Amino acid sequence: MGDDIILDIRRDYVLGKIRDGERIDGRAFDEYRKIEIETGIIEKAEGSALVKIGDTQVVVGIKMQPGEPFPDTPDKGIIITNAELVPLASPTFEPGPPDENSVELARVVDRGIRESEAVDLSKLVIEEGEKVWLVFIDIHALDDDGNLMDASALAAISALLNTTVPAERFEIGDDFPLPVRDLPVAVTSHIIGNVFVVDPNKDEENASKNFITVTTDSDDNIVAVQKSGSYLLDEEKLYQIIETSIKKARENRKLLKEV
Amino acid sequence: MSNKDEVRLIVDGKRLDGRAFDELRPIKIKVGVLKRADGSCYLEMGKNKVVVAVYGPREVHPRHLQDPVKAVVRYRYNMAPFSVEERKRPGPDRRSVEISKVSREALEAIVMKELFPRSGIDVFVEVLQADAGSRTACLNAASVALVDAGVPMKGMISSVAVAKVDGELVLDPMKEEDFYGEADMPFAFFIRNDRIESIALLQMDGRVTKDEFIKAVKMAKDGAMRIYKMQKEAIKSKYVVESEEEVD
Repeated sequence: MGDDIILDIRRDYVLGKIRDGERIDGRAFDEYRKIEIETGIIEKAEGSALVKIGDTQVVVGIKMQPGEPFPDTPDKGIIITNAELVPLASPTFEPGPPDENSVELARVVDRGIRESEAVDLSKLVIEEGEKVWLVFIDIHALDDDGNLMDASALAAISALLNTTVPAERFEIGDDFPLPVRDLPVAVTSHIIGNVFVVDPNKDEENASKNFITVTTDSDDNIVAVQKSGSYLLDEEKLYQIIETSIKKARENRKLLKEV
Repeated sequence: MSNKDEVRLIVDGKRLDGRAFDELRPIKIKVGVLKRADGSCYLEMGKNKVVVAVYGPREVHPRHLQDPVKAVVRYRYNMAPFSVEERKRPGPDRRSVEISKVSREALEAIVMKELFPRSGIDVFVEVLQADAGSRTACLNAASVALVDAGVPMKGMISSVAVAKVDGELVLDPMKEEDFYGEADMPFAFFIRNDRIESIALLQMDGRVTKDEFIKAVKMAKDGAMRIYKMQKEAIKSKYVVESEEEVD
């Protein structure tokens, strides 16, 4: 009960600030927290990255192994994305099978990578119709201070950029870098009162659970959109959000180019 | 989205099933098809066949899920094992979990939950046959079933998808268009006083430009209004028949 009261006070604080055109951490409405990307942090993984957005931290590890292709795509490798919101990342996460939030997180990240065709899956065929590379993208949240979505998406593509296909280990030729040809970037906007802010922190998320994630590719095409939360979205606001998302994605993509 | 170069989905300005770009598939709606449910609806949208039951407002089990200030809305999207070409393993998969989440959120935004503290409104959706756009068919049916159950709502939800195939935007894609197409964009709109007010559900995957996306929203709005009229007719027709019977 005590926690609830503190949550209420924080919510009022967040909303009061927003009404005054400010955010509690002093950022502009379209400003991200500091983003840090570190790759190659897990030697045992084929690729890995730790992404920090403010105090939010996500690790993504890529593991690969040969496996059977899907019957309808015998000439393509397979991407499998999974997210675990482990209890160490937040007092509200509980152990157990993935709930709808982690399923949604994984599927939205997956869509950005898949639909931008960031990984050239046709180069991941070992023997057509028989054997292809399976790429497992595992998202591991370490600290949830808001906007796990964008941190996870950034960590996923950073880890893929850092991935070496372990062909030698499976005795099928020489290792080669994973062919990555696009840089999808997810931008999550948080709708709060009559405005929207990008990159919500945890206090902002607690004040309203209304989000929309727009993922764009290197040519500013929209490759994935997900409205998340029980709210009604105004059409004009949607277009503004898309405009902002494209702009912010361009900025964040620059960080990826340095990876 | 694969093999996009091999199959032509638009020939001579028409789609594979002869539809124009902005044409819906045939829709059939029946209200009150289940005896035990508080509200129900059977809906066909092309080859999609879905049935929805609404139970509630009623007591919530397990009890700890109760909300002291408002009703809890639950939505279960479930595909029958025989609903698709290759048998679907029974039970929830990740796709169903996600569809259930975003669909529930769309309905939560319009159901007047505050009127029923501590109670639950359950929407159970069974897909008997799926042919692309099943989540939109289900939401259309769910919205009607909620009205049939007498659940107070701020308005209606009407839902339809737009796809991009062979470089063209098309309304209400069928299986082939969804599978081979370049993008799929399911929408649901909140409609009040015969007017689209806002967006209740929005997902998208594929690849479109910003301008195409805006065009898709317009196209979907237009389609949703047509669906809305059919939903309204279906609801009215149920009560028209009943009142005539009473007169006899």
